[in-house]
Amino acid sequence: MDFKTNENQKMIADMIQQFGKQNITPFVREWDDTQTFPVEVFKKLGELGLMGVLVPTEYGGSAFSYTEYVTAIEQLSILDPSIGLSMAAHNSLCTGHILQFGNEQQKQKWLPKLATAEWIGAWGLTEHNTGSDAGGMSTTAVKDGDEWVINGAKNFITHAISGDIAVVIVRTGEKGDSHGMTTFVVEKGTPGFTSGKKEDKLGMRASETAELVFDNCRVSEENILGNVGDGFIQAMKVLDGGRISIAALGLGIAKGAYQAALQYSKERHQFGQAISKFQAIAFKLADMATEIEAAELLIYNAADKKNRGERMTLEGAMAKYYSSEVAVKVATDAVQVLGGYGYTKDFPVERFYRDSKLCTIGEGTSEIQKLVISKQIIG
Amino acid sequence: MNIVVCISSVPDTTSKINFTENGSKFDSSGIQFVINPYDEFGLTKAMMLKEKAGGNVRVITVGDALVEPVMRKALAIGADSAIRINANPTDSYFTANEIAIYLKENPADLIIAGRESIDYNSGAVGGMIAEILNLPFVNACNGLEIDGNSAKLCREIEGGKENLSASLPLVIGGQKGLVEESDLRIPNMRGIMQARSKPLMVIEPSSDENLTSSESFEKPAEKSACKLVEIGNEAELVRLLQEEAKVI
Ligand SMILES: Cc1cc2nc3c(=O)[nH]c(=O)nc-3n(C[C@H](O)[C@H](O)[C@H](O)COP(=O)(O)OP(=O)(O)OC[C@H]3O[C@@H](n4cnc5c(N)ncnc54)[C@H](O)[C@@H]3O)c2cc1C
Repeated sequence: MDFKTNENQKMIADMIQQFGKQNITPFVREWDDTQTFPVEVFKKLGELGLMGVLVPTEYGGSAFSYTEYVTAIEQLSILDPSIGLSMAAHNSLCTGHILQFGNEQQKQKWLPKLATAEWIGAWGLTEHNTGSDAGGMSTTAVKDGDEWVINGAKNFITHAISGDIAVVIVRTGEKGDSHGMTTFVVEKGTPGFTSGKKEDKLGMRASETAELVFDNCRVSEENILGNVGDGFIQAMKVLDGGRISIAALGLGIAKGAYQAALQYSKERHQFGQAISKFQAIAFKLADMATEIEAAELLIYNAADKKNRGERMTLEGAMAKYYSSEVAVKVATDAVQVLGGYGYTKDFPVERFYRDSKLCTIGEGTSEIQKLVISKQIIG
Repeated sequence: MNIVVCISSVPDTTSKINFTENGSKFDSSGIQFVINPYDEFGLTKAMMLKEKAGGNVRVITVGDALVEPVMRKALAIGADSAIRINANPTDSYFTANEIAIYLKENPADLIIAGRESIDYNSGAVGGMIAEILNLPFVNACNGLEIDGNSAKLCREIEGGKENLSASLPLVIGGQKGLVEESDLRIPNMRGIMQARSKPLMVIEPSSDENLTSSESFEKPAEKSACKLVEIGNEAELVRLLQEEAKVI
């Protein structure tokens, strides 16, 4: 494995920094304060090709590998983790599910719109009563002639309001049967398909999280991805890759917080010297740098496996678990390094601190990652 | 229209510049290289001209393999092909002569250089290429419109502008105004991907002729520390401004 950042990654990082200077950084505070999901910026990121990073060019995507995908999410997350989260959900969950399990006709129908962010995508697995235990879902689809009728609600769904299309996994069989669930694609405007309450969140406030509601929503048989009964198994496979996204998001948060702390520690003087000269601060920075490096290596290891098409359930879960915990720890320590200023909104670390917590929860909590890891190693 | 843009790979403006070997060699370690900003205005203008009138945009540089990332960035922005003359340029004449030799064999209707590169600032390459090829040259060009074979140009002069006309083929030294900063293009993912399959031709230099050679470099003296003058001590401030800073 080659650990060096490749030239594509450098160009992508450059591109995002250049774009962010004008289009993201000046507005981050406002979006956070007002819980605004910046749809226009999202569309512009689509024009840059960041909304179909892994999608082949014949479907309008950029056809890069997970390696470049990690860089893209990481760099966006350094600027604004909310944008990183939204990008991750759009790319690897919604678009990724259609890409992996859609038939040719379905891919041609939806991928070009998603890869350019002409359409924004949502992906719904979680429900009010089933999060970690997603397989216990109670939203159902019942066959009626050539159509299926969906009833129920999906909770905590990224882009539930602004999304133009949702990939949802719903029950079509018995509860407790892992083959009793099926994936449907539902387009905005389908009668009976609406969105509900938008969550007011601790962090990731510029990423929209809300409810998807199905009330006798009729969907054509053609909107099923793969086979009836495959939904849950598909979702688990989508999440295998999705874990790399959240790990990269955590990495971006950790890097952003660390960079801010490092810079500040050299500028802030107390007791006649830069605070970076105090061992207590210097060792914090040493820990941060080391943990970030370790997280990065775990992520690129998982990405490398994924690029080769190898099974990476274990590596993905390890990367997601570790990187998420590192994001929270580094962001917490960064606030400490900045002291009182770190506690104010004039510096970015308080936002990293709030945003970081999502990483240990979304797309499988840290506990669930440990469950996956232990299952893999114990058997 | 057939356009060639001369690209110089220069240190990012935020780089800390150092020299080694007793001040005779530039220390490139840890330096981020970018497309010379004046050349980027030129490249963007070339893309716009191509989009309007069709044609082809080539980018050319004289440099070793280390400049290839910058050339690929130019390809990612939209140039059709790149040429690298494989040599470390030693003076402006060497660079200009090599590019001119290439252009004699592979002519272009419009050759765009930057008004100067932001590292060595000699501002001579464009003019020398024009001289060697016996073509018209307009430096510090901040406006260009092309209609068939004739060009209307605008050039920055002290305190104003000069409007000129010339016929193609033509060499310009471009700068801001050719296009605005907001017109500059961020390469997108598709462009970055395509850049890898676009031709980047490497050709060997034809000569090793220099007209000048560099002996050593010096950095400006370090700025001295800031002096604070207490309120009520304005007389001291005046004395410092007069005797030390010598500004009044
Ligand atoms: C901002 C945001 C965006 C989201 N976006 C999406 C989206 O786009 N699509 C989507 O489908 N979902 C989305 N989610 C939902 C997310 O995936 C769930 O919140 C997550 O899976 C956890 O589920 P839960 O919240 O119901 O927690 P619960 O499952 O109720 O967990 C509560 C606690 O119990 C622990 N726990 C649960 N089971 C076990 C166990 N077996 N062993 C040990 N501990 C256990 C958990 O680790 C956790 O600490 C999003 C969530 C957030 C906050």
